[in-house]
Amino acid sequence: MLIQPMKSSDVRSSEVTPKSIYLDRRRFLRTAALAGVGAAMGPMAGAALAGAGMKLPGLVKSSHSTAEEPTPYDKVTIYNNFYEFGTAKGDPGKYAGGLTTKPWSVAVEGEVAKPAVYDVEDLIRPHTLEERIYRLRCVETWSMVVPWVGISLGDLIKRLEPTSKAKYVAFETLHDPEQMRGQSYPALRWPYDEGLRMDEALHPLTILAVGLYGEEMPNQNGAPVRLVVPWKYGFKCIKSIVRMRFQETMPETAWSRQTPGEYGFFANVNPGVDHPRWSQAKERRLGEFLKRKTLMFNGYADEVAHLYTGMDLTKYY
Amino acid sequence: MTPDQRLRWIAKPLVFTACLLPLAWLVWLTTSGGLGANPIEATNRFLGDWALRFLLIALAVTPLRIVSGRAAVVRFRRMLGLFAFAYAALHLSSYLVLDQFFDWPAVWKDIVKRWYITVGMTTFALLVPLAITSTKGMIKRLGGRRWQMLHRLVYAAGIGAVFHFYMMVKADVREPLIYAAILALLLGIRVVVRLRRKPGRPRATGVQAT
Repeated sequence: MLIQPMKSSDVRSSEVTPKSIYLDRRRFLRTAALAGVGAAMGPMAGAALAGAGMKLPGLVKSSHSTAEEPTPYDKVTIYNNFYEFGTAKGDPGKYAGGLTTKPWSVAVEGEVAKPAVYDVEDLIRPHTLEERIYRLRCVETWSMVVPWVGISLGDLIKRLEPTSKAKYVAFETLHDPEQMRGQSYPALRWPYDEGLRMDEALHPLTILAVGLYGEEMPNQNGAPVRLVVPWKYGFKCIKSIVRMRFQETMPETAWSRQTPGEYGFFANVNPGVDHPRWSQAKERRLGEFLKRKTLMFNGYADEVAHLYTGMDLTKYY
Repeated sequence: MTPDQRLRWIAKPLVFTACLLPLAWLVWLTTSGGLGANPIEATNRFLGDWALRFLLIALAVTPLRIVSGRAAVVRFRRMLGLFAFAYAALHLSSYLVLDQFFDWPAVWKDIVKRWYITVGMTTFALLVPLAITSTKGMIKRLGGRRWQMLHRLVYAAGIGAVFHFYMMVKADVREPLIYAAILALLLGIRVVVRLRRKPGRPRATGVQAT
């Protein structure tokens, strides 16, 4: 059976320690840890600290957040798949610091009433910044819990007024080998591109994230703006977005172009459909020793399973 | 000190210690938190990398002898080969214990369904008889010729190890291709020497490409 109704054993957010207290504690621990590292490493620590930055004020807590323990900030920011900066997990943390994210424009084009090149601030500012604590499941069988800060993508899309022909949204990452050293080698075809079906893009769980842990997005995590679709494998969550195109046809996407037999357009987290080279039944939550069972749609089945009713998920992986 | 004593009492212990350095480095990384956010994956990769490197180093001994003409280098071959086996065994153990934690059904599924694991396991299986028959007593018992035939399995193991790495990589195949190029060079030298050896001329230690 592919679709398993998720039993709602999650603790609701109302029962949890207020986030501000929690985050203050985390921040204290992190600052202490970084101070220790800084003392040990001297000038080298500057690079690691760059990007850990401005507090984002006035965040609204979201009822979509999980109560699970967030993965520590230092793990979230040193273990990244962001091939634009190199294919090793530590490369983005080392080499993304120099990326200029201000100013940053995003081109909105295609089947939409308000096409334009927008400053990212103008796209985000009219909307409510929310903290969304989501599980993130990588197709490589590791997972994290990340306290994202972002806006509902659906709200933004409604404001941009897509036409009736808009069935998909395609996204593109910045292509600039000068700033993104990994792009000097064609590990993937650059620019990285991703896409969502319109109902997926409009789903209340889907966000454009501009920060994590209450702060502006570190460059290595996809600054200044990235997609987060928590029921899909991490590679769907395209980073450092410079283009959004509304279109009638299903867009090509980076990984499914590279290895169509291994990565599909939908890429929904599914423990029942293995990657050809490894099982997807279990995952390792960073910081844990034993693997845990992977949940259908990464535990968001109650919210999203209806989007795929009648689809053969072994075919549309 | 005779040259033989120098080799036995100085050079060999030095090489032996050098071969332990990667392991010491791993221990240091583990205790200092230097393995990053996913230490299990990092440990497994680290050990796999060094198993492959030592296999290539062991395979470099004969070409080195051919190129340098120094027969003495061959006396390090067994030690280097056994270190390749030891790192491979640790690599496999880290997969079985740290990664899968003795989940045998999952391991079995991996072996039969995942090609890169199938190849990796086969490669390790090829190394086992070589390690077992590495003693002087086993060479005598098998007879030099048969022993040598058996130990040609190491070429297959080298190819298997590189292939295992290549198949595991998702997109950036530059690193496995570097290993493949080194392996091709090491095996290629042997092929060239064999082709150029005049028929009927006996094999001798220190044989040179003519």
